[in-house]
Amino acid sequence: MPEYEKDHEHLPTGSQEQPGFGDQEFRTVALADTEGMTVEKTDVYAEPAPGKPRGAWGEAWRELRRSPRFYVSAALLLLLVFMALWPGVFSSADPNNCPIVDTDIKPNADHWFGTNTQGCDIYARTVYGARASITVGVVTTALVVLLGGVIGAFAGYFGGWIDAILARVTDVFFGIPLLLGALVFMSAFPEDRTIWLVVGALGVFGWMQIARIMRGSVVTVKQSDYVVAARALGAGTPRILMRHVLPNAIAPVIVVATISLGTFIATEATLSFLGIGLPPTEVSWGADISSATTVIRDQPYQLFFPSLFLSVTVLSFILLGDAVRDALDPKLR
Amino acid sequence: MGRYVIRRLLMMIPVFIGTTFLIYYMVYQLGGDPISAMFGDRGADPVFVAQKRAELHLDDSLIVQYWYYLKGLLQGDFGTTLNGIPVADELKRAFPISIRLALVAFAIEVVIGVTAGLIAGLKRGKFADSVVLVVTLVVISIPVFVLGYVLQYFMGLQWGWFPATATPGDPTWEDLILPGIVLGSLSLAFVARLTRTSIVENIRADYVRTATAKGLPRRRVVTVHLLRNSLIPVVTFLGADLGSLMAGAIVTEGIFNVDGVGRLIYLSVTRHESSTVVGAVAALVMIYLVMNLIVDLLYAVLDPRIRYA
Repeated sequence: MPEYEKDHEHLPTGSQEQPGFGDQEFRTVALADTEGMTVEKTDVYAEPAPGKPRGAWGEAWRELRRSPRFYVSAALLLLLVFMALWPGVFSSADPNNCPIVDTDIKPNADHWFGTNTQGCDIYARTVYGARASITVGVVTTALVVLLGGVIGAFAGYFGGWIDAILARVTDVFFGIPLLLGALVFMSAFPEDRTIWLVVGALGVFGWMQIARIMRGSVVTVKQSDYVVAARALGAGTPRILMRHVLPNAIAPVIVVATISLGTFIATEATLSFLGIGLPPTEVSWGADISSATTVIRDQPYQLFFPSLFLSVTVLSFILLGDAVRDALDPKLR
Repeated sequence: MGRYVIRRLLMMIPVFIGTTFLIYYMVYQLGGDPISAMFGDRGADPVFVAQKRAELHLDDSLIVQYWYYLKGLLQGDFGTTLNGIPVADELKRAFPISIRLALVAFAIEVVIGVTAGLIAGLKRGKFADSVVLVVTLVVISIPVFVLGYVLQYFMGLQWGWFPATATPGDPTWEDLILPGIVLGSLSLAFVARLTRTSIVENIRADYVRTATAKGLPRRRVVTVHLLRNSLIPVVTFLGADLGSLMAGAIVTEGIFNVDGVGRLIYLSVTRHESSTVVGAVAALVMIYLVMNLIVDLLYAVLDPRIRYA
């Protein structure tokens, strides 16, 4: 085995050393080494919630209910999810009914947001567009948490050569920016572009951050006294992973997942904007913004409304993530 | 230090191979036949197809194909485009433009981002802090293509502050200010927030109190002691960012008509110019890896407690 893998920058499994000064230094380097831009997050969450886990969650929930950001973002998100589930409640117009005689009408009582060049009602299209964005965001995040969570937990818990290989795989995917990777992935399927293909493209290139955070948390939790105690009492690996390691490592993952949900929605819109994302049959904010850019000088409102909804959606997820992070991080209290 | 650098350089090899292989696989295997992309609906001359396939080693297995590609890459041969132009020439033309754009964006995000973060951190909870928090939140939420068109419309067309589109071929520095703002805006917001958080964390540190107690002027405490230590996480972010600025310019370069790598990649993807896509991405990955190494070495300069054995 080559030397750089042998003294890989992670603490070995079941390290018996007392964490002294040298050890601390070693760990700092490890963070500097692999974490990239997540360093500040993992750093802050290196020791999540001391004490009983349930107590920490209760505390976080109480903290959350005191945060105005939480209420604002939760209200907006509820509205958006409602819009995605039952768009008919908000708009009786059909987003795909586009009489060409109605082209480029300015916003008025009949068409609240006006109509676009094809004559479609922009309000209806904006309302119906929520479904695609929210679906892509939620499903991609679920996929990424599952993928990154499993990979990170394996790497962190087993350490050794499994960790070394998974760390290299993570590095490989980290070398490709999300938009670029998704763009190349989507271009490989020119025929059958569906919403699930977009989810797949974003998932394949979006799991690395979660994996690293998960790995970092698991490595820290693994060495704590209660895990050693559980092992001494004879608990098996699956039980330790599910009962002790995961509940304590999950907090930073939730924060990052919430924030990246917004990123996935924005990236999906960018792909659709570039004409390589959702299929043209799907009503999508990104594609509507793209077609509005051609008439921006005369009908700026066509660009404004879908952009506003897209930005508010992304904003809500970021706000929610911020609020959750503040609630979960005892340092900031 | 030397050993550490060598170790890191060795670690870059598998990552570089893995990343280029991944892109190569997606472009050449998932993407359908690269030869048929050269022809329209009327189909191709079978003799020519056979010749071209042999030239590109398309009849060999994937690993063998990739091996040939990698061998060429190490000799500086990035392959040729469908028009027969060497990809290396295309990259040589596009990269300096993208680097210039990235530098403009980088300068904007460092200067404005760190200043805003410093002010917000020092005035924690005051009005200036709230302004910085709200503005950065809005900037983070607005997708870059919306921001690009809005700024182009107002600053470029309505008010005429900056050129709305870049000169084709060889953009001037002035042409790149507006695209630079758009490209750097997202990272600017992150830098400002990161600096603020870091300043807030460190402002109550013992060494800051000591520096104040021994009578140093506030300016010196803030710039030499507080800022220098608070910039460590920011530097990590900035280093990783310089690489992604070049790749992330796909949208920005498209809006402002800048003939850089991002635009080259986008056009090649839509035209199925496989060799150009793989070549450009391979070059970007190299830049990204080298930037990460530089960041890690910078750590040691900024924080003497970190030593690389």
